[in-house]
Amino acid sequence: MRFQFVLGEVVSGLRRNTTMVVAVVLVTFVSLTFVGAAALLQAQIGKLKDDWYDLVEVSVFLCPEGSVSPTCATGEATDDQIDAVRQVIDTELSSQVSKVYFESKQQAFEAFSERYPDGYQGTQLTADDMQASLRLKLTDAEQFAVVSDVLSGRDGVEIVEDQRAVFEPLFRTLNVATLLAAGLAGVMLLAAVLLITTTIRLSAVSRRKETEIMRLVGASNLFIQLPFLLEGALAAVLGSLLAGGGLWLAVRFMVSDWLERSVDWVAYVSEVDVFRVAPLLVVMAVALAALSSFFMLNRYTRI
Amino acid sequence: MIRFENVSKVYARGARPALDQVSVDVERGEFVFLVGASGSGKSTFLSLVLREQRPTRGRVYVAGRDVANLSGWRVPTLRRQLGVVFQDFRLLQNKTVHENVAFALQVIGKPRHVIRDTVPEVLDMVGLAGKGKRMPTELSGGEQQRAAIARAIVNRPQILLADEPTGNLDPTTSLGIMRLLDRINRTGTTVIMATHDDEIVNEMRRRVVELSDGVVVRDEARGGYGEREAILPDVGASPVLDAPGSGTRAPVQTVRGS
Ligand SMILES: Nc1ncnc2c1ncn2[C@@H]1O[C@H](COP(=O)(O)OP(=O)(O)OP(=O)(O)O)[C@@H](O)[C@H]1O
Ligand SMILES: [Mg+2]
Repeated sequence: MRFQFVLGEVVSGLRRNTTMVVAVVLVTFVSLTFVGAAALLQAQIGKLKDDWYDLVEVSVFLCPEGSVSPTCATGEATDDQIDAVRQVIDTELSSQVSKVYFESKQQAFEAFSERYPDGYQGTQLTADDMQASLRLKLTDAEQFAVVSDVLSGRDGVEIVEDQRAVFEPLFRTLNVATLLAAGLAGVMLLAAVLLITTTIRLSAVSRRKETEIMRLVGASNLFIQLPFLLEGALAAVLGSLLAGGGLWLAVRFMVSDWLERSVDWVAYVSEVDVFRVAPLLVVMAVALAALSSFFMLNRYTRI
Repeated sequence: MIRFENVSKVYARGARPALDQVSVDVERGEFVFLVGASGSGKSTFLSLVLREQRPTRGRVYVAGRDVANLSGWRVPTLRRQLGVVFQDFRLLQNKTVHENVAFALQVIGKPRHVIRDTVPEVLDMVGLAGKGKRMPTELSGGEQQRAAIARAIVNRPQILLADEPTGNLDPTTSLGIMRLLDRINRTGTTVIMATHDDEIVNEMRRRVVELSDGVVVRDEARGGYGEREAILPDVGASPVLDAPGSGTRAPVQTVRGS
């Protein structure tokens, strides 16, 4: 009985305020799409950073089999060569390097399998296709030139790579995009709160007589306010579902179908990430509606 | 049932009190007329019972509860024991008579079968049998007030408050409404009715509490409406003596159709 009655009130309220409700749906849709986009951009950055990114600044890739680099003339780096390189790091570079990790071919393969569980571009790789490396953390990230000068050209070292130099510009771009999306999301969320507030107020005013009777015959506060709450929440949740759908379409057709085909060496956000973000959007929509309702109801439907 | 202990109500700081040191005790099952000039504080009295307003000073007890200090979430429980009707009926125009009455039960969560059984019963009692499907606009003023009364008593309240329920009705229709209120009172419901209708008050001969500028100037067990200023000075005996609060009772003189 109660449930049916409240539901009936909600439906009639939605019908009475159709234009406002549509506006709320659209504004939450747009604002939450920006929120979701910001979240997906951050997820993308996470995918680009591999497990080492935050630990090391410099990767010293050791010679694999069949390298054409002159320092690799003797073939795959031997244990002696690796020990020699480590010796140099411990002595000559002791003030520049604060930590050294060794990643064997097997460890590299495990990390790789984790990132590409289904194999890479259809080829099934083994540990032997991987490259062992020394990963260095520097006391000062600006010291890369010194480290590179000392280690490049040594036997068994194929190439010394400054990880930050490779990824930093890309990350900076993605972070700026995130900020932009988050900023727009903020503005739109504010608009959404204002709009939901206005919608609830209009709804409350148009139902003033009902509310007055309800108060007089002793309806509980919750019962009086529930239809308004549900109205706002329903519209907002609808908006968040649209936002989730929009993001899914974007990822499905722009990233999975197009980007992944043109630039294929990068791990991209996938539909799975969208499904991870979408529930958050719904929760945000509910919170948004709850916040606006809280402001309004205490002013318009108090006992 | 209802007790006012030295109740004062001041709406705005510095304003003249709407009620001033009012003490009134209403027993269970009583029928009380609240009379007095416009602005004397009758509606304020009723709104304090309903806990729509809180007293500035003094205590208000309704059915044993200290209403002024009742916490907000208990107010609905209090109001479920009270029924209210107004001069302007306050029916929902987009609902039928039946729906209007049912609404009062729906919003306090009564089960459907209870509503189905009680509403026609109550409509029957107030004399609206067979008119449940009408819209309020399809009813006469008297019938609308009957519908409003049905809504007020459908939850079987212990107390019925009526603020000038006959204010918009002609004398004959008013009489019908008064018979109905009397009948409700005889079932044990305490009735408090604010009114300007001297004819009704004089006819019913029930307890009369008269307010003047927020002060109780008269509380009579089987009173009449009291004096009222004459419209034509030469008809009245001595209208100047009727100043409120003077305490002397001038010869009763009624003016019809006020
Ligand atoms: N909500 C309010 N805010 C401020 N002042 C009010 C309010 N309600 C009533 N008053 C004042 O309190 C006094 C008493 O008003 P009240 O409505 O109780 O009189 P009344 O006897 O019901 O009059 P009437 O017969 O015209 O209905 C008046 O001076 C009025 O202006
Ligand atoms: Mg009044």
